[in-house]
Amino acid sequence: MISKLADARKGAHGLIGKSLRRLEDARLLRGAGKFVDDIHLPGMLHAAFLRSPVAHGLIHKLDLAEARALPGIAGVYSWADLRPRWQHDRMPLALHASGIKFDVDPFCLVKDEVCYVGECIAIVVADSRAIAEDAVALIDLVIDPLPAVTDPCDGLMPDAPRARLDTPDNLVALTRIKYGDIDGGFSRAAHVVKERYRLSKGGPHSIETRGLVARYDARDETLTVHSNTQMPHRAKQVLVAALGLGEHQVVVVNPDVGGGFGPKALFHPEELSVPTVAMLLGKPVKWIEDRYESFVSSAQERVQDWDMEGAFDANGRLLAIRGKLSHDHGSSTPYGIALPYNASSNLVGPYVLPAFHIEIALCLTNMVPATSTRGAGRPQGTFVMERLLDRMAKKLGIAREEIRSRNLIKPGQMPYSTPVVMRDGSHMTYDSGDYPECQKRALEAADWAGFATRREAARKNGKLLGIGLANYVEGTGRGPFESASIRVGASGKIMIASGATSQGQGTKTMLAQIAADVLGVAPADVHVVPGDTRATPMGLGAYASRQTVTAGNAIFAAANEVREKAIKTAAVMLEAAAHDLELKDGVVRVKGVPGHRKTLAEIAHAISGVPGFALPGDIAPGLASHVDFQINALAFCNGAHVCEAQVDPGTGHVKLTRYIVVHDCGTIINPMMVDGQVLGAVAHGIGATLFEWMRFDETGQPQTVTYADYLLPTAEVMPRVEIHHMESPSPLNPLGVKGAAESGTIAAPAVIISAVEDALRHLDLHIRDLPLTPPRLLALIKRAQKAGERP
Amino acid sequence: MSAHDICVSVNGVAHKRAVESRTTLADFLRHDLELTGTHIGCEHGVCGACTVLVDGLSSRSCLMLAAQADGRAVETIEGTAGNDGDLNAIQRAMIEHHGVQCGFCTPGVVMTLIELRRNLNGRPIGEDEVRRALSGNLCRCTGYQGMVDAALAVLNAAGA
Repeated sequence: MISKLADARKGAHGLIGKSLRRLEDARLLRGAGKFVDDIHLPGMLHAAFLRSPVAHGLIHKLDLAEARALPGIAGVYSWADLRPRWQHDRMPLALHASGIKFDVDPFCLVKDEVCYVGECIAIVVADSRAIAEDAVALIDLVIDPLPAVTDPCDGLMPDAPRARLDTPDNLVALTRIKYGDIDGGFSRAAHVVKERYRLSKGGPHSIETRGLVARYDARDETLTVHSNTQMPHRAKQVLVAALGLGEHQVVVVNPDVGGGFGPKALFHPEELSVPTVAMLLGKPVKWIEDRYESFVSSAQERVQDWDMEGAFDANGRLLAIRGKLSHDHGSSTPYGIALPYNASSNLVGPYVLPAFHIEIALCLTNMVPATSTRGAGRPQGTFVMERLLDRMAKKLGIAREEIRSRNLIKPGQMPYSTPVVMRDGSHMTYDSGDYPECQKRALEAADWAGFATRREAARKNGKLLGIGLANYVEGTGRGPFESASIRVGASGKIMIASGATSQGQGTKTMLAQIAADVLGVAPADVHVVPGDTRATPMGLGAYASRQTVTAGNAIFAAANEVREKAIKTAAVMLEAAAHDLELKDGVVRVKGVPGHRKTLAEIAHAISGVPGFALPGDIAPGLASHVDFQINALAFCNGAHVCEAQVDPGTGHVKLTRYIVVHDCGTIINPMMVDGQVLGAVAHGIGATLFEWMRFDETGQPQTVTYADYLLPTAEVMPRVEIHHMESPSPLNPLGVKGAAESGTIAAPAVIISAVEDALRHLDLHIRDLPLTPPRLLALIKRAQKAGERP
Repeated sequence: MSAHDICVSVNGVAHKRAVESRTTLADFLRHDLELTGTHIGCEHGVCGACTVLVDGLSSRSCLMLAAQADGRAVETIEGTAGNDGDLNAIQRAMIEHHGVQCGFCTPGVVMTLIELRRNLNGRPIGEDEVRRALSGNLCRCTGYQGMVDAALAVLNAAGA
């Protein structure tokens, strides 16, 4: 199939690899986008939630009477009120995961035990959001508090309180990656480095919060949910299972979606309670998360504690790495063990690691569930590996680029199979790429060799300048499949539908560009419907940097089938042999005979059917195709980042002055859009490294619930990012593409900290904890200065 | 809940309405006038998605009450394209330089740049100053570079 489709690309129209301007933009720039909060339905009511004010406790009293009596209130509901509508006590979410000891599906509304600040306890429905919030304030709630687990290491101590009373302990899963001769590696080692790293919690912070509008039409017994989920088909599946409806009764549709970054892929409790009350009341109900709710109730991630040691030979070659990862899993298990497993497997990175043993302990805590946020665990694993390499380079007195060069997988070793076992039982295998060349290009682009001069110039101006380097890989394009269908109308317009979804990546442009390249039509004549369960029977959606790999190849195959069918039909219509025909610019013509031609519109019309007449040549009806592109193996993109950081030792302030990315995501469909993905992902990584810190006190109370307390990177603190590309096509799919949406985040923490340590190399600092805020860095600087003063 | 009778000019059209005291300008624009291009991202005045111009000055419509807009002239994203529906130069540059991804922060960004362009009155501008001007608009998708480049291109174009 691959070679056949690769042949088909020879007939392409040169759009692949072009920076087409996006089809999405003009509407959005006019303010004419339709986001979920822009949907207004007749008779629509508005929901607000009573949320837990404490991290852990038992509900002692929940009196809804006064709230129910407020004018303008349509209903106030607790778990007990809605339970008769549901098939299960809890939301049926469990993702299959072998390591999980006990599945702790979240409750839609708290039954009796609250497990994190922000957990939904009651839903209020009213004529307006303001009245609904007034009523929330009238609910009489008394909670008997219980001790809270707020740290994954503390929570795994033998005498730790339990984060939930319905589990025997907090160790919800214990898994490992173990291969190679660990003990031999450490006993042969010439040098060992041992470090402990701690990464803190951060969030997705799409500027559009979560939200949905649910409407139940009793006349056709259909529930329609307009939702900004990243996975509409998954949401439909959960609603079908939770509400006991048939698949024909549930429709989930994406409007325009204002950013996702991971957590919108998780099915959150409000996504069940709002449809439930819409069914109960027989009226449309809207809920839009406000920013406080987003801080406390949208899934987050990145709290991990890594206690690691690395064994190296006398030349700095890796022999073995071992250690323990303690992962904050939050209060329930809606997402299996993917995050810490991604983190651990990505530690290996682009390097030859002969032996690896990591124990991965997932701790239940009284926090919102931890699920994927851009990078999905991988930045943490990459951070640990890259820091260990820098530490060893310093110890051996060799350059940071040199220790990496000695350990990088060589292009002749591709495809490179690691012994790491993946979710589907296969070995983690890097499909293509030239990692040494990638690092080399990054060093050249950054003028790494000339840095000493820049450092000296900065020093003369009283500034401390450092430079850092980090390499990484990312497994992208996770399967098992994605769908795409294409239909040419008799009008000549082309319609595409896909299970792929769009939160701003340019999914519509990507799909239209690929189809237009195959068919030789204007991308603007291609209309794309992503993320609509009516338009596509099956699909998965946006996660794991997957959509160009999965949906891109699905539409590529489907468009090629349409192309072949158009030629076959035209052969009948033109009474010509198919091999004498070519499809160019949306027209099938006889080669070398001008005027002897049929447009795609004419062909589509000819096989659209006339009552009672046979179709030409008994060709199957419709100039259309549907492809479910199946893939299991991951396509590994890779890259190298270099940045320069200026540090103010008096304040601990870090300013990034240069940032270079060399990125390889295989075949590039639209370079402008890939650059956009890399830029956004780098910004997210810069935020996680220097600014963003979701803080809690020891009782689990969030301390940072506004953008004045939780700092997102602004235009002013972002450096200009220079992006260079390599293109090592993936042999795993016909387009040769790899994902690009998360990879920019993965190396950012590692490269920034490398640069900061380099700027302060006279102090021999070791930065172990992220984010690196100015007070934290200042404390490290002062401690190092004090240590240096000692005789 | 007390009500106020207000008269607000929005994109050159006068609107007379009765509004509750607690109604924000953002909610008034979005719900009462159905001008949903002004987006709400944080409701505490930091993200800038709800930025509109009030008497020519960029304002957080989430922090301003509708009643405070009485007698004032408000400009929103819906009023920025030309009468023929053509995008203005800033909007075109945002397409050209990939300054838009999800489009949620975009209306606020465009309003900020329109104000900046008027204030510059043809004076050229450097990158640091553009970044400072945009630092009140949070964007999670783009890393800002595309919108910065769009602004530099438009603001430094001949006849800007």
